[in-house]
Amino acid sequence: MAQTTGQRYRVAPVRPRGREWPFPLNLYQSAVGRKWVMAVTGLGLIGFVLIHMIGNLHVYEGPARMYEYAESLRSLGGGLVPQGTVLWLLRLGLLSMFVLHLHSAITLSRMSGNASEKAGRISGAKKYEGGRDHLAATYASRTMRWTGPIIALFILYHLADLTWGWWLGDDFVAGDPYHNVSESLGNLPVAVLYVVANIALAWHIFHGAWSMFQSLGVNNPRYNHLRRALATGVAGLILVGNLSFPLLAQAGLIDEDGRTCPVGEVQGNACLADQASDH
Amino acid sequence: MSEGHGETINVTLKVWRQDGPDATGRFEVHHQAISTDASFLEMLDVLNEQLNEAGLEPVAFESDCREGICGTCGVMINGRAHGPQRATATCQLHMREFRDGDEIVIEPFRAAGFPVVRDLAVDRSPLDRIIEAGGFISVNTGAAAEANLTPVPKEAADQAFDAAACIGCGACVAACPNSAAQLFTSAKVGHLGLLPQGQAERWSRTESMVEAMEEFFGSCTNHGECSEACPKEISLDFIALMNRDYMKAKIRNRSLAGQH
Repeated sequence: MAQTTGQRYRVAPVRPRGREWPFPLNLYQSAVGRKWVMAVTGLGLIGFVLIHMIGNLHVYEGPARMYEYAESLRSLGGGLVPQGTVLWLLRLGLLSMFVLHLHSAITLSRMSGNASEKAGRISGAKKYEGGRDHLAATYASRTMRWTGPIIALFILYHLADLTWGWWLGDDFVAGDPYHNVSESLGNLPVAVLYVVANIALAWHIFHGAWSMFQSLGVNNPRYNHLRRALATGVAGLILVGNLSFPLLAQAGLIDEDGRTCPVGEVQGNACLADQASDH
Repeated sequence: MSEGHGETINVTLKVWRQDGPDATGRFEVHHQAISTDASFLEMLDVLNEQLNEAGLEPVAFESDCREGICGTCGVMINGRAHGPQRATATCQLHMREFRDGDEIVIEPFRAAGFPVVRDLAVDRSPLDRIIEAGGFISVNTGAAAEANLTPVPKEAADQAFDAAACIGCGACVAACPNSAAQLFTSAKVGHLGLLPQGQAERWSRTESMVEAMEEFFGSCTNHGECSEACPKEISLDFIALMNRDYMKAKIRNRSLAGQH
């Protein structure tokens, strides 16, 4: 090889090895370990999305049950710890999983970008003039770096929308999730945004839920054929459940017509609480 | 496969020409009449003879055994590593896979870890760096032990054999959108890690080979393009096995595992 150019040289590493960090941080130093972190956090995030979706189905039971569900999240942990402690711990866990998932994704794709650079290419990313027909890679696997940022931006919007109430203004009533959901998703552009974002989410999970088995090294020929089916099932379930909210809100199923409690009753929502306890 | 023997087809070749590692490359177009019985490399040989006669520089490409086992040949043909035929190295590809009037784009394998030496020849020595890091077993070579003293379970032998089919051609890296060398490395790790002879160094081998790999290549995102491009059809299962072994290697207490 080297003789061809008449000089001896070694191909320079794209990612020179640095000093090894102490255990267990060194796991995050390698791409394989980082991919493992991405899989574990991805699994946790899928778990959250599933529980979030199932919990939100309470919206179909009316304002009182939705209120009761929201309150039950705050009182997780019972009387053992102060109100909201467990919820805040879960939120912290969720946030750290999200940050790790994002950080590993960004750094790993940068690593792959560096490994694909140069090599006499004409321009752009790794590309062959002869065209690529992507024989094995799915459309989902190739669009992870697009669906990912869409989901991240949507999560920020979603928090601002239904947690912080930035867009609803005076229409946002803390402690009355049913009202807020119906106000927000009753708005056509918002509903469209939710539909688009949730399709991106299901698309992302379609590849992620399959890919994580490979990254974690969970591989058993006896069950391998089930991995694709499982990923499709989980993605499909999340898609159907999450799309139902904006679609049915637009269809008029989540509205204030059947409501017996006044909306403005913010402090403690006594009326909703009464109805929930009567249930 | 076409019926006739010795049928001649005319193809348009769009060949990557690059004078050296740092030179700017370009595509060169050649019209070539060739027998469908010729292999792809024989077609390039014919082209080079014509270039020689015309006093032009022949196209540099690599080949050695020309029977699909050495892993030396390998170019991107119409965007596919080793061309359109499944489980076939470039040297085993024949012109009967193409039709009269076809345009064939021939490019080198591309990755930062595979710098172009000249034209279609790339430097794949980073794969050697991975092997050097641990792709071997340590044995006493003085007096070879009786081979049958070490029983090998049939399943392990079969799997190790499948992994050992890897010829190290680098098609996996070339086909990978991330330029990752996971399939190559996992085949080597899997081959030795599955056999009893490879157990003693199983964990240190996996650890050092993965880390050597990550110096030169990208990160695997489980697209599966590698396995599709592989002339030896190495399975993605070996990547999962390597990922698992790497994490075990990092976490387990090797001094009490009786393995290094």
